[in-house]
Amino acid sequence: MKFVAVSSCPTGIAHTYMAAEALETAGKAAGHEVHVETQGAAGSTPLDPAVVAAADGVIFAADLEVQGKDRFAGKPLVDVGVKKAVHDAPGVIAQAVAAVEAARAAAPSSDASAPAAAAGTAAAATAAAKPAPAAPAAAPAAPRKVGVGTRIRQYLMTGVSYMIPFVAAGGILIALGFLLATIAWPENGAIEVTKVVDGTNGGELVAWIADGFSLGSLQSWAVLVFWIGKWAFAFLVPALSGYIAYAIADRPGIVPGFVGGFAAGLVGAGFLGGIVTGFLGGFLALWISRWKVPKGVRGVMPVVVIPLLSVLVVGVATALIIGPPLKALNDGLTNWLNGLTGTSAVLLGVILGLMMCFDLGGPLNKVAYVFATTGLVNATTSADAPAQIMAAVMAAGMVPPLAVALATAVRPKLFTEPERESGKSAWLLGLSFISEGAIPFAAADPLRMIPSFMVGGAVTGALSMAFGAGVLAPHGGFWVTPLVHKPFLFLLAILVGMVVSAALVVVVKGLGKKPEATEAAAELEEIAVS
Amino acid sequence: MTALITPDLVDVAIADTDREAVTRRLIDLLAAAGRVTDAEAFHADVRAREAQMATGMPGGIGLPHARSEAVTVPSLAVGKLVEGVDWGAPDGPARLIFLIAAPASGDADHLKILAALARRLVHPEFRQSLMDAPDAATVSDIITREVVPA
Repeated sequence: MKFVAVSSCPTGIAHTYMAAEALETAGKAAGHEVHVETQGAAGSTPLDPAVVAAADGVIFAADLEVQGKDRFAGKPLVDVGVKKAVHDAPGVIAQAVAAVEAARAAAPSSDASAPAAAAGTAAAATAAAKPAPAAPAAAPAAPRKVGVGTRIRQYLMTGVSYMIPFVAAGGILIALGFLLATIAWPENGAIEVTKVVDGTNGGELVAWIADGFSLGSLQSWAVLVFWIGKWAFAFLVPALSGYIAYAIADRPGIVPGFVGGFAAGLVGAGFLGGIVTGFLGGFLALWISRWKVPKGVRGVMPVVVIPLLSVLVVGVATALIIGPPLKALNDGLTNWLNGLTGTSAVLLGVILGLMMCFDLGGPLNKVAYVFATTGLVNATTSADAPAQIMAAVMAAGMVPPLAVALATAVRPKLFTEPERESGKSAWLLGLSFISEGAIPFAAADPLRMIPSFMVGGAVTGALSMAFGAGVLAPHGGFWVTPLVHKPFLFLLAILVGMVVSAALVVVVKGLGKKPEATEAAAELEEIAVS
Repeated sequence: MTALITPDLVDVAIADTDREAVTRRLIDLLAAAGRVTDAEAFHADVRAREAQMATGMPGGIGLPHARSEAVTVPSLAVGKLVEGVDWGAPDGPARLIFLIAAPASGDADHLKILAALARRLVHPEFRQSLMDAPDAATVSDIITREVVPA
């Protein structure tokens, strides 16, 4: 039989290579061909795709996440630790042979059920055979020169893949808070829950926990869960920025990236600002770490000099260079929107929809949202004009996450595994008017995704205004539908925008440059598992 | 390129009876040869690696190793123990200890020599020839001869 294997270990200098040698030797002794990719410190030469294609089975002798797992999708796999391969390579080979035979016996024609059967026979051994993770049918990328565009995309994807868990945890908790609130309060729960306490204010929060929180109160739990979600969300932009910088400069990039991302959030620059600070911090740290310095200084470079200088520069740049124009933009847009009151309602809906979906929590989105919420004081019923603006803004803000959820559901092949997972939680986030649920998609591929979102948002905003839907609640999404004036038309507006936006996403994802898209997908997958 | 090992990095009669002391003795050899700038820091890195997963191998081998800022050049120190010392291997104590020191920032080419060493270590006849070697010079010669980067 022919096997391909991947070995790795925490240090990457010893066991990785011992396991490789042991597996090759033991394979030869048993009459099998074994090719090992050593993912260690001395660089890693990828297995020839032809060799992978010809292999009967796959062995992971890896203590680190295997890079490029998707290359082995569908083949019988044994996953053992690196130590087992070093200590008992013949046993591992025998296990792999058993897995291949079991797979053949169980399902001569179908790959899908084979690994499951293999698991049965190999379960007796210390490690279980399990199916190689399914992956988009991307051709294994041959070793290639990495262009600037690809590098930039890799940096972005690294940031995005580390950010996704924050979005998922935070978004779902916030939505859960809303859900609990709608049960806990007799009415308007999704609004009440946000008003109980300011969970980002430490003193207020501690006082509330001491005096207001009750273990037996569902309201208390709704409030707490909501704010925990908000806390996780607070790391969204810092994590994006921090891990973009990390991808560029490795460890030295983390500090300026995180601090820059935090500052970007503070000055209201949103995730687009976080991308800027991530690249700035990363390249700054990389540059400083390459300075030729005297030997005595070298020791303090990573712990003092690089973080100190890079944070200082990124901090100053964010505060003085990124901040003020955003403030001006903010003020200008607000004045402009205020001036628009009285013009065509549908046009206003279009503009607000575009703004809501452009930067998903960034400056334009915030201006539109604040414009809508501050206008609410002038509304007394949900049929008034300010309530209609609020409804249009909320409806449009729900479109991006719902659109990606729909797009990943109907065309999963266009998306990577982590994106498909994000897509599932995006349903809940979209229904809860948490536009940030679409950020992983927008940040990974802004040029394709953002315009698709904007068109959908514009459609929804225009329809909502045309229908005359209105709402007095500033947040809550689908969960405040009972408070909405003309609720069915409100939902229809969202539905139409969602479908339009999802259709555009599918089209531009599929069109564009197809090979590059799949390649990018494979990359994200790689980064996500590494 | 500096040789992976020299006779002064070999001690064929270590009498210590615990992992810490044996490791330290080998680290001191590397430090004395100027290959490790800070023995304490490197020892801490080795200890951390050992704590993740003991490096004892079947056949009486201990393989402490680490990548460390304190290491200047990829190096190997070898110790033969008078008495076996438990190194976490399933089949009993270790008699032959290989301490591998890798620089933290070494480029891939630099580290290939260590990859080659690790591959040789898997072969019982290689290990046996080192077990049988009577003195430091022989140990060093065998390794220099047999360990050639691919």
